[in-house]
Amino acid sequence: MAHPKEVRQEHQLISYGTYIMVWLALLMLTGLTVTAAGLNLKSFAIIAVIFIAGFKSVLVLNYFMHLKYESALFRNMVFMAVFTLVIIIGLTFTDISFR
Amino acid sequence: MPNGAAQGLAADHSFFEEKSHPGILGWILSTDHKRIGIMYLFSMTTFFLVAVFIGFLMRLEMLTRGETIMGAQTYNALFTLHGVLMIFLFIIPGIPAAFGNFMLPLQIGAKDVAFPRLNLMSYWLYLIGALIALSSLFTGPGPADTGWTFYAPYSLRTGTNVTLAVMAAFVLGFSSILTGLNFLTTMHRLRAPGMTFFKMPLFCWSLYATGWIQILATPILGITLALVALERLVGIGVFDPVKGGDPVLYQHLFWIYSHPAVYIMVLPAMGILSDIIPTFSGRTIFGYKAIAFSSMAIAFVGYLVWGHHMFTSGISDTSRMAFSFLTFLVAIPSAIKVFNWLATLYKGSIDMQPPFLYGISFIILFSIGGLTGLVLGSLATDIHLHDTYFVVAHFHYVMFGGTGFVFFAALHYWGPKMFGRMYNKRTAYIAWVFLFIGFNILYFNMFILGYKGMPRRYYDYLPEFHTLHVIATVGSWILITGILIMFINLYRGFRKGEKAPMNPWHGTTLEWTVPSPPPLENFDKIPVVKHEPYYHGKNTEAKK
Amino acid sequence: MNQAAELTVGRHYDPIGARLGMWLFLFTELLLFGGMFLLYAIYLHRYPQEFHYGSSQLNQFVGAMNTIILLTSSLSMVLAVASLQRHKRNLAILFLTVTFFLGAAFLVNKYFEWGHKISHGIYPGSPELMQQPKGEILFYGLYYTMTGLHGLHVVVGMVIMLFLIYFLIKKSDKVLNLTPHHLQNLIGKKLLLSDEKGQTIWKSERIVREMQGLEVVVKGVVSEEQMRFNEVKLENSGLYWHLVDIIWIFLFPLFYLISM
Repeated sequence: MAHPKEVRQEHQLISYGTYIMVWLALLMLTGLTVTAAGLNLKSFAIIAVIFIAGFKSVLVLNYFMHLKYESALFRNMVFMAVFTLVIIIGLTFTDISFR
Repeated sequence: MPNGAAQGLAADHSFFEEKSHPGILGWILSTDHKRIGIMYLFSMTTFFLVAVFIGFLMRLEMLTRGETIMGAQTYNALFTLHGVLMIFLFIIPGIPAAFGNFMLPLQIGAKDVAFPRLNLMSYWLYLIGALIALSSLFTGPGPADTGWTFYAPYSLRTGTNVTLAVMAAFVLGFSSILTGLNFLTTMHRLRAPGMTFFKMPLFCWSLYATGWIQILATPILGITLALVALERLVGIGVFDPVKGGDPVLYQHLFWIYSHPAVYIMVLPAMGILSDIIPTFSGRTIFGYKAIAFSSMAIAFVGYLVWGHHMFTSGISDTSRMAFSFLTFLVAIPSAIKVFNWLATLYKGSIDMQPPFLYGISFIILFSIGGLTGLVLGSLATDIHLHDTYFVVAHFHYVMFGGTGFVFFAALHYWGPKMFGRMYNKRTAYIAWVFLFIGFNILYFNMFILGYKGMPRRYYDYLPEFHTLHVIATVGSWILITGILIMFINLYRGFRKGEKAPMNPWHGTTLEWTVPSPPPLENFDKIPVVKHEPYYHGKNTEAKK
Repeated sequence: MNQAAELTVGRHYDPIGARLGMWLFLFTELLLFGGMFLLYAIYLHRYPQEFHYGSSQLNQFVGAMNTIILLTSSLSMVLAVASLQRHKRNLAILFLTVTFFLGAAFLVNKYFEWGHKISHGIYPGSPELMQQPKGEILFYGLYYTMTGLHGLHVVVGMVIMLFLIYFLIKKSDKVLNLTPHHLQNLIGKKLLLSDEKGQTIWKSERIVREMQGLEVVVKGVVSEEQMRFNEVKLENSGLYWHLVDIIWIFLFPLFYLISM
């Protein structure tokens, strides 16, 4: 049941230019990841690449998937899903790391 | 008090009379949530009764030591099948698929769910999953003998139809996911004007919490079972010790789903109880928000306790302590609910109708089950009790004594609304007596058996356990008698009983404002909601 | 009161609800792959040497190329959505087609990558692989499973795109279909079909009890309703595609970039 206020939000148009900028940022971050992997960072390498991957995902989520422009409900739900996954991984590691 | 639509809306305008297609197509092609709910109900009741029969056979086998009526391999296949049927085909779809589908739109004042066609697909997936499971019984090397938990490495090695069985569970998982997705969207988007989240009946809240578990936990089962199938087909190695894999990881992944799954099983039942108790106490529920938030808390904390199924599997001490502590935490919101129900009953005007009697059984039986869960949740005692009959008793108390009895209660509570007819109440009470007595003889016994050391899933046993096994088997006969009396009574009632009025129990939620059975589009006009869901009038508000 | 009734009977249109449903589905995909990422994390922790070695055996350049391909396909997908929102149907179809071919390019690369490894005897269960250290067996087991599952999702995405292109191209003729049930409420009334300016294009006869059904067909246009539903379909398909992209965003470094 869409009432006028929702309909207006529905058609909030984001410029093509914004999307292209985000895409360029993503390409640069990809380059950064490959470079970072090439440096001899040892165990920090994994943390660095995951961090950059996370940042890229945040860009895709917010701009390409419009999360930035959605109501708080969507952002909260995404957070809950990601948080659940993180907890599951974390709790499992209380076993794996301490055997 | 809801005075609802005119009584003049005759039964021949109910949804049963308005078919989109002729004959059976009018059912299997229908996107009407009420028809889908009924189809689920009939299918799952069938599977339930088959699984009960398997249980009957299992108990017969355990009547004497050694072989009684079947060999060991058959016994292993039977307890596997009993578990798969009961868990994946009855209790997980269970209340959400049958009663949630029928009642959720009615309770929130909507004409249907958010995605009716997806809803129908859920049901078809359910049937397909059932068919695949069935095929695993009668093809090739025969039914799986791993237990419903499919533990690696045995599930990777055994020659039986494990691949088919896990594929069935995978498809059924998809069905569950779609139901949860549908219900969550429905509650966010289709509530009637005036019905805020905090004016929804607590049954809806329980479906909301359950929906989140269905969405976030089921996929983990999906990938785990897919990996078992892949392992059997191409040999990836993730759970196979020969290739460096760790079978305990299988257990982790399996229980990361299967523990939250037990909350899929129990939360909707608690939700129904939260509806039934105010109705038959003649007053509003005590602590509405506490119960609503407890549902969400149970759903959330339920994700954090899975390790308590693995205390003896060789996981680290650190994790065992963490999981034990978290397990104790999850009991708290459940306890909060029990206290709130009891407070609702206190000084209420109790009407001991069949739905109420079956519902109240939940409080007693679930409490026993829940408390014994704490016994299992503490590390020291679990070492002794893990994989014994104590565990079997525990989960039958919570799943059968808990959800099962409330499922029966819902049949008695909402059945007249769904089918437009009333059953014989005296017979319902008699059935209950058999059920309650038989249940406790069968399962309380098992606590003792387990404590004394009788392992679960064992085909044979030591002489000292014989008497208790005999008692348990006799208990199973009494229980099954009750089940049969109850279902026959309901069946005859719903087919040929007296026509049921619109509101036989004086309920206050929206489903009682439409005729029994409801018309196709539920409401002539979408209602505007003013009161909280259990409003019985000013003078019956909860005493401070 | 006016004798004519508005032609408003249509399907339930709730773009926010549809989007909500799609996000919920995406969460299930997140958790599905999440289970595998958990396994990856555990085995990386257990067999760091072999995982680093395995990673060094994969082709970083092809992996990076595939990353860029998918990122670009995400761009073209969102541009398709943006075009359709501006009612530029042909531009949307063009961007969708570009996305499709980028997806295909990804799969072609994958095919060659896998082919290369398989021709060297490295695949799950192969005698060659079974002789390697356990950590390496697991690395490749996870590699094939995760990139395989991801590739499967790419294929599904491409099939969806084909359907979308079809929906966008198709000019739907039918504007309205009233069943006996709907007609019941309109007995005694006439139906008016108006254009956006409110001018009457067509008026029906008075609806009588004997009428079995009513169908109004306007040839050669894409109805307003159709356009709105296409927008919803496209947007939701876009969400799916972006998730497929995000999963690869994590797969790429974890498999290709952890060599030391």
